[in-house]
Amino acid sequence: MKITVKLFAGFRNDRFKVDDLEFPENATVADVLGALKINEPELGVAMINGRHVAKDQVLKGGETLSLFPKVGGG
Amino acid sequence: MNKIYRVNMKDLTCKIEEVPAAWAGLGGRGLTSTIVAAEVPPTCHPLGPNNKLVFAPGLLAGTAASQSGRMSAGAKSPLTGTIKESNAGGTSAQSFAKLGIKAMIIEGQPAEGKLYELHVNNDGVTFHDASALKGKQNFDVVDAMNAKYSPKIGVVTIGVPGEERMKAANISVKDPDQKLRSHGRGGLGAVMGSKGVKVITIDDSAGSKVEIADPEKFRAAAKVFAKAMLDHPVTGEGLPIYGTTVLINIINEAGGLPTKNFRYGTCEHHDKVSGETLHDVIAGRGGSTKHGCHPGCIIQCSQVYVDENKEYITSGFEYETIWGLGINCMIEDLDDCARIDNAMDNIGIDSIEGAVILGTAMEAGMIPWGDGKECLRVMNEEIGKATPFGRILGNGTKSVGDAYGLTRVAVVKGQAIPAYDPRTIKGIGVTYAMSTMGADHTAGYAIATNILQVGGHVDPLKKDGQVELSRNLCIATAAVDSTGMCIFVAFPALDIAECLPSLIDMINARYGINLSGDDVTELGKTIMKTEKAFNDAAGFSKADDRLPEFFEYEPLPPHNLVWDFTGEELDEFWNF
Ligand code: SF4
Repeated sequence: MKITVKLFAGFRNDRFKVDDLEFPENATVADVLGALKINEPELGVAMINGRHVAKDQVLKGGETLSLFPKVGGG
Repeated sequence: MNKIYRVNMKDLTCKIEEVPAAWAGLGGRGLTSTIVAAEVPPTCHPLGPNNKLVFAPGLLAGTAASQSGRMSAGAKSPLTGTIKESNAGGTSAQSFAKLGIKAMIIEGQPAEGKLYELHVNNDGVTFHDASALKGKQNFDVVDAMNAKYSPKIGVVTIGVPGEERMKAANISVKDPDQKLRSHGRGGLGAVMGSKGVKVITIDDSAGSKVEIADPEKFRAAAKVFAKAMLDHPVTGEGLPIYGTTVLINIINEAGGLPTKNFRYGTCEHHDKVSGETLHDVIAGRGGSTKHGCHPGCIIQCSQVYVDENKEYITSGFEYETIWGLGINCMIEDLDDCARIDNAMDNIGIDSIEGAVILGTAMEAGMIPWGDGKECLRVMNEEIGKATPFGRILGNGTKSVGDAYGLTRVAVVKGQAIPAYDPRTIKGIGVTYAMSTMGADHTAGYAIATNILQVGGHVDPLKKDGQVELSRNLCIATAAVDSTGMCIFVAFPALDIAECLPSLIDMINARYGINLSGDDVTELGKTIMKTEKAFNDAAGFSKADDRLPEFFEYEPLPPHNLVWDFTGEELDEFWNF
């Protein structure tokens, strides 16, 4: 299944800003992190279609998954 | 810090007073709000003789504690009519601490039209005619004072909007690089102008090091605290690399980035003005991506933005300003945004209020959407020169909305709503509504928990848990604002167990006292209640603790949510 993955801040280094990637059925957010070689503790926020999700969230295909490292401001 | 400087602008005198026992344990916002509540009649005109302008460094100012050099300014606000505290970086807090000045209270008013320079040193304050500075903007004032004294002189100044008592005027403070930081919000520059004070110069050369009651304990705690700053990914890595503007993309993804004057929650050109882009532009041009607003900042969220020829354009270019110009006004060119930011620093307009003013003037059809060049002209030539049109704008977002008959006017208690839409980030909406100072994101930064998942997670799209979240953050912030720490210490404090205790240990070691964590929470509560009592006496009621009505009937795409808290739900905020 196809997932549109958007990366932000330091996650973009040596990777990409946005890309359509193929994953097996029932892949989770953690599986996407693994495929991108991002250590799980580095993840700050994961969102699917603008809503926060947990790392064990199962993907259905066709979603946009946005991944952020731990960032902040104010 | 054992002296109060009481400056009377009517008879041009300065009395040096002892610190009353009740004020001894207070600093920063805790002290400015206590003094304003005790001495300013709540119903007074904010620009009249009975208002007072109070400056107070935080409890840890002048020590080696990192992040401790913020200065608080307080008064009754001409913009909101409420009590106000606004804190800033720069060098003034550390100078005051060296001189032993716990607070400076400016009261009274001089004969009409007179302008003064107040020169502050170890002996008190002297008064100098400043008519030659009339009509000068901030950078010229800084240059004039550097020439008169030396580049080491501390400078606190207002531009023409402050002189002309416009409600969006800020007070600017010189930073270590001869540039400016601001007591931005609430129009305190107008209060300074109404006192006839154009500039305050501070000579701390006869000052001394602040005394520490228990130096060993202090050193140990300061080390733990600094380690927490460096270990936390947000303060140790995210803020220094990308600055606060890293939020553009994450708030956009969350659908809460107010776009085209609060019409939409996402913006197509968001990446043109994002923190990632800002970082690449600055690094590519050879500017500096890291910069501290005061000596002793180890986080360094600020930066120096330069043009293609490496010429300085601006510094302290924050998320809220870039949002306001780049997204809310649709100005896609980051250089244009940077030039407008610098113009706001120069003339002395709060950069959040200023950006929302421009967006509201666009809503009114007075400036084309996205026209950065025209915005720059309006800042310099209209607001900066106090033309009739400039005065409508310089008096704030609400003033523009009133003048042009608009309903989509994003203010609470007269102060502009910043860069997070309350319809989709509901926790921050509670803070905007309930803050004692009008819409202010820093009063209780629910973005941390709603969006960034720092200190847990409360779903931003739902009402559940938001009032409690906002209340707890507001109480904690009131206490932190009294230490003189910059607000970003909250990120490690929410996640790293040793951080807050080490902050309290530093205060205890500095003063030889024994505060507990509960005492600090109580301090936060007391400060908030003191501020609310002032506002109530000034005529505010529950009906003022509400967001503008348009948030209730205009759903915000893409989540298509409205603001749906009832009054009763919001009023629970004060149940503590
Ligand atoms: S982190 Fe930013 S706001 Fe805080 S003290 Fe440093 S430069 Fe100033």
